[in-house]
Amino acid sequence: MTTTRALRTARASLLALTLGWSCIAGAEIAVPPLTARVTDQTATLTAAQTSALEQTLQAFEARKGSQLAVLIVPTTAAETIEQYALRVAEQWKLGRKKVDDGALLLVAKDDRALRIEVGYGLEGALNDATSKRIISEIITPRFKQSDFYGGITAGVDQMIRVIDGEPLPEPSEKPVGDTPRISQYLPIIFMIALVMGGVLRSVLGRLPGALVTGGAVAGVAWLFAGALSIALGAGVIALLFTLLSGGMGGRGIGGFYGGVGRGGRGDYSGGGFSGGGGGFGGGGASGRW
Amino acid sequence: MRQLWAAFAASLTLSLTGCGYNTLQSNDEQIQSSWSEVVNQYQRRADLVPNLVNTVKGFAAQEKEVLLGVTNARAQVGSIQATPELINSPEAFAKFQAAQGQLSGALSRLLVVSENYPQLKSDANFRDLQAQLEGTENRIAVARNRYIKSVQEYNVTVRSFPSNLTAMAFGFKTKPNFTVENEKEISTAPKVEFGPAPAKPPSEVPGAAK
Repeated sequence: MTTTRALRTARASLLALTLGWSCIAGAEIAVPPLTARVTDQTATLTAAQTSALEQTLQAFEARKGSQLAVLIVPTTAAETIEQYALRVAEQWKLGRKKVDDGALLLVAKDDRALRIEVGYGLEGALNDATSKRIISEIITPRFKQSDFYGGITAGVDQMIRVIDGEPLPEPSEKPVGDTPRISQYLPIIFMIALVMGGVLRSVLGRLPGALVTGGAVAGVAWLFAGALSIALGAGVIALLFTLLSGGMGGRGIGGFYGGVGRGGRGDYSGGGFSGGGGGFGGGGASGRW
Repeated sequence: MRQLWAAFAASLTLSLTGCGYNTLQSNDEQIQSSWSEVVNQYQRRADLVPNLVNTVKGFAAQEKEVLLGVTNARAQVGSIQATPELINSPEAFAKFQAAQGQLSGALSRLLVVSENYPQLKSDANFRDLQAQLEGTENRIAVARNRYIKSVQEYNVTVRSFPSNLTAMAFGFKTKPNFTVENEKEISTAPKVEFGPAPAKPPSEVPGAAK
């Protein structure tokens, strides 16, 4: 079993390496980390302008739930603006999970190119033709006169107006997209049930041991997930697990845990700004000035 | 005895997991879904064609050959059923790709020709359609990229040890991937001519100048 494990690890690392290589090969310019809604790498905007824009976008997110972001880079060199914009969007994950209502306004200043990258959920209102119009009728005329701040704010305002026409789920106070699902907590349940169940079963006997384990797991699950239904489900699972797992060695279950505990979890940092997990598929439009 | 069975079942599950059976399954499913996305976006492009052709016809009806080329390529694309089985057969896959490549070529010729008609270029309807076409081409590129990545992941699993044994036992084969259609064209440097007539590729548009 250990050899299988070792081989699997080896394979996983090989795969990771392969993917890593392909990423390195494809990455010409690093995507900046997402710390604010407005990221200006060219010092085009003044601090006051940046914070004003930031506030507009923040207010919009609070009101509508959609996440918009602005990124200004000097160039996307070697890659086209479309390729770079998608990489940024994939890394930043703007928009709420499952709603996918994020959009990115990317300006490559020295390339004299810009792009509006639209998440899946906004493609209805902010479709390609509309995005193109915003770019060619609102933003580029101002950019041509080197009025970058004016172009960006006017463009963002228009994007906001367009997105307002799209029916979206209400913004919620809690960090969205983190709906607790029981499968997410399975590994923890298994761990606890495994350790506690084994001990309690030998001390108290099979049924009482299982009952105590189930109760304890339910309590812990309640603390973790904060939802009663999930806690109860977890408790029942742990109870059955301890009851039925008979004399099965701890090793087997430990291995199983390795197989189950792979579900990804979006993590939310307290301060700053982070994407909600929205998906992008290449929608939007590009333009030049 | 019961314990023995339990242990046996557990070790069987484990060995299948360890040998990549589940990975193969999930990779395979990933390929299916990214392929659906590719087909979806190609379909979106095909749906745009009739509108585009009609709009161009209104301003440049004399460009018969180019318009006909697009219509024919569109019909060709429509005649190929993009079933999920397509990705398991390299020949059918190549045929599908060839048809889509032809449509890409015909469409780009249409856009090149349309540059010669200022009225068409300023038509709002045409500009919207052009933006949609551009967006769709970009979506196709994204979907194809994602498909390529998922096939790569799958093929790596199928060919690497020890999952290749599982793949062999269950009959998982490597899947065909997208290739660049015009490899030859790309490898030769493009000819740039500074002639008086703008934007006419020399050999590609036979009837455009007449």
